[in-house]
Amino acid sequence: MDLSGLFAQVLNGLQYGLLLFLISSGLTLIFGVMGVINLAHGSMFMIGAYLAFVVAGWTGSLWLALPLAILGGIAMGAALEAGLFRRFYKREHLDQVLLTFALILLFEEARSALLGNDFHAVPVPAILDFSVPVTADFAYSAYRLAVLVVCLVVAAVMFLGIERTQLGAAVRAAAEKPEMVDLLGLDARRIHLVVFAIGTALAMLAGALAAPLHSVYPNMGDSFLIICFVVVVVGGVGSIAGAFWAALLIGLVDTLGKAYLPEVAGLAVYVLMAAVLLWRPSGLFARGA
Amino acid sequence: MSGAALRCEGLTRHFGGLTAVGDVHLSLGVGELHAVIGPNGAGKSTLVNLLSGTLRPSAGRVMLEGADVTGWPAWRLAQAGIGRSFQRTNVLRDMSVFENVRLAAQARDFGMARWLRAAQREPAPIAAAHVALSRVGLRAEGIAGTLSHGELRLLEIAMALATRPRVLLLDEPLAGMGPEEGEHVAALLKELSRDHAVLLIEHDMDFVFAVADTLTVMVDGRVLEQGTPAQIRASAAVREAYLGHDV
Amino acid sequence: MRIASRSGHLLLILAALAVASMPWWASAYHMQLGSVALVSAMFALSLQLLIGGAGLVSLGHAGFFGVGAYAVYLLPSGLSILLTLPAAALLAALAALPIGALSLRTRGFFFLMVTLAFGQMLFFLFHDTPLGGGKDGVFITRPAFELFGMVFEVPRRQRPQVLLWFNLGLLVAMYAALVALMRTSFGHALQGIRANEERMRALGYDTTRLKLAAFVLAGGLAGVAGHMWAMIEAFVNPELLSWHRSAEALLMVLLGGIGTLHGPLIGAAAYVGIGEVATLLTERQRLVEGLVFLLVVLLLPKGLAGLGLRRPAAPKRAEVPAE
Repeated sequence: MDLSGLFAQVLNGLQYGLLLFLISSGLTLIFGVMGVINLAHGSMFMIGAYLAFVVAGWTGSLWLALPLAILGGIAMGAALEAGLFRRFYKREHLDQVLLTFALILLFEEARSALLGNDFHAVPVPAILDFSVPVTADFAYSAYRLAVLVVCLVVAAVMFLGIERTQLGAAVRAAAEKPEMVDLLGLDARRIHLVVFAIGTALAMLAGALAAPLHSVYPNMGDSFLIICFVVVVVGGVGSIAGAFWAALLIGLVDTLGKAYLPEVAGLAVYVLMAAVLLWRPSGLFARGA
Repeated sequence: MSGAALRCEGLTRHFGGLTAVGDVHLSLGVGELHAVIGPNGAGKSTLVNLLSGTLRPSAGRVMLEGADVTGWPAWRLAQAGIGRSFQRTNVLRDMSVFENVRLAAQARDFGMARWLRAAQREPAPIAAAHVALSRVGLRAEGIAGTLSHGELRLLEIAMALATRPRVLLLDEPLAGMGPEEGEHVAALLKELSRDHAVLLIEHDMDFVFAVADTLTVMVDGRVLEQGTPAQIRASAAVREAYLGHDV
Repeated sequence: MRIASRSGHLLLILAALAVASMPWWASAYHMQLGSVALVSAMFALSLQLLIGGAGLVSLGHAGFFGVGAYAVYLLPSGLSILLTLPAAALLAALAALPIGALSLRTRGFFFLMVTLAFGQMLFFLFHDTPLGGGKDGVFITRPAFELFGMVFEVPRRQRPQVLLWFNLGLLVAMYAALVALMRTSFGHALQGIRANEERMRALGYDTTRLKLAAFVLAGGLAGVAGHMWAMIEAFVNPELLSWHRSAEALLMVLLGGIGTLHGPLIGAAAYVGIGEVATLLTERQRLVEGLVFLLVVLLLPKGLAGLGLRRPAAPKRAEVPAE
């Protein structure tokens, strides 16, 4: 095993983990605050990726896709929350599952009708299409480094927003103790709308960032969604910090597994999840665990 | 009291930095009705949750008929003979009154060998359910969710009773009842305490002093005083804690 | 769980007779479709044991369906169905045991996510490893209809009708067995757990153990359904374990109504029927499927069984699964 190869895989793992964090943080917040299970969260990721594909096709560059993904995500999230999800907060899990599964089918069908069912590569932006020499004999993709940095910046902004702003404090209170919202006289509807919009925007941004790395393909949202469930389970529901560390852990385990033990790599993260369930069933970073 | 049915020593439970129950010693035997009183937040319900296994103690021991049962899960303690009622009515609301009590009775000795017997033809739980219902004076008909508040409180007791416990932990069985119902429950508790060890949590001082054989006064999670009603009445510490109240 | 009334059972018997008479009035294609509906009903019925029985909403149930189907591939070919069917059930139940034991350490949303993830793990087991013959699926030899040493050669032309009758018999047996099961002390205890698990624990029930028993049994029954699916198609692929299939089974259960045992039968028939109509109308089946899902959750929260076929006894109340 050569060291620079390992180094590259570790960087890949971190970068993948950070992408997973962008998706999972929205998922876990939506669970924590609204108590709703959103299977269509993976579709938001898929839409972000296809948005990048389309925008890159039109403009020849990915750049415009990133702000579009964020704005589109906010609009989409707000529309879904106000139009559909709001009525489902008090419904059974089963109903929420079916609602969001229906959304997956409809989004996938729309994708298929508009853009077809082919695999598409999305080019890395020209300006980042080079390798950064890290050591004498090892260079690393500049785009991957850029994704890493962007994700870290987004994560930092999120932590600051949640720790330092009033709205963040309200969201945190709501995620930790949903009944607190009423007690504190907070505007639950506004919090719900904001959380849903931001969560959706993060998933779409993750999709746009991931498009050049993972290509775009049918049902791509599913596989990311399920890995993100594992992240949320390992991290502990409603915990942003938990989602962060768990996402990095899962990203590393999955990437290193695929690089060095390809036969069983698909199973590695699930074995990890099983171990966490045995050891700490409410997640590694759950409060009061 | 060496023959105590239920005893706890140094029972403690912390929630974060808060000590909800601290160093509580208790002992009660069959034939005894022991009441725990104290202001709101004194840790009375937490105590019941610790004794019934709903919560795990942070420290201390719980002994059931001489055997150490500390840290046992709720279902195992119930199997071992601790029955409880809940402060907030907690029944199977969509099911019939009878099925609520029958399920409670069925829990006793529910080994896998009994799993596949037809529920309507198992005589023991059915008989036990009828006994429990008639003892509390509740009719078997109707859906639990349609009962009046007072009837639901009785159903709580009937369910606890139907598991045929040696120890009964009753968390505010009187909550929200009218005076007439209260008298009925007082008589019932007296009667139950003849063949059970009864631990009663209650707010109503008059009621407690009327029915209890022994008392524990809790304040801020700790035992302030223990003794007979007469001793508690005479206690200066209790007087001080209940300043302004006529104890 | 509500059991159909006398007139409801009469309707179910009439429906069974209609299915049984298909060889005299339906095409081979429609008999095959009938078998698919019967197998789907078995699958949905096994899931109902979890949802309506114990209040457990699992999103990984297709994993056990798939294990049952792959059992036919994994077992030596040429065995009697009397061996392969119990073996498929056993394998699926064995897969459900550790998965259930781990998943049941969680509740509510967590349980949903964890079962989904473990279902996906089973998917990857057959998709990525050589165990299941690869990600594109494999053809299988159908087990023989060998009953008590007598081999019944089924000519190719009669296979749809033999399979139809066999599946019908199996479904009737499964339905009857579950009706009986819900009347046992175990069934009553499960219903208690669904209504209020905390209370049941305080009464002395080891609820985890009871739920695990239900989970394993439901897994085994899903394995039976999977085995019969493989018998119909003579082909297995990893898609059988995909979570989309779990979600479809959830829809069948919801479509039929959550609190009843006949609901999944109605739901499965309706679902297969709707799918068939959709293929006639459009290429875009997922569109139809998605819209049906959406309409059902928005407009029919009690399912089709809510429209009739059940006792009017119990008072209306939101059916809240145990948290």
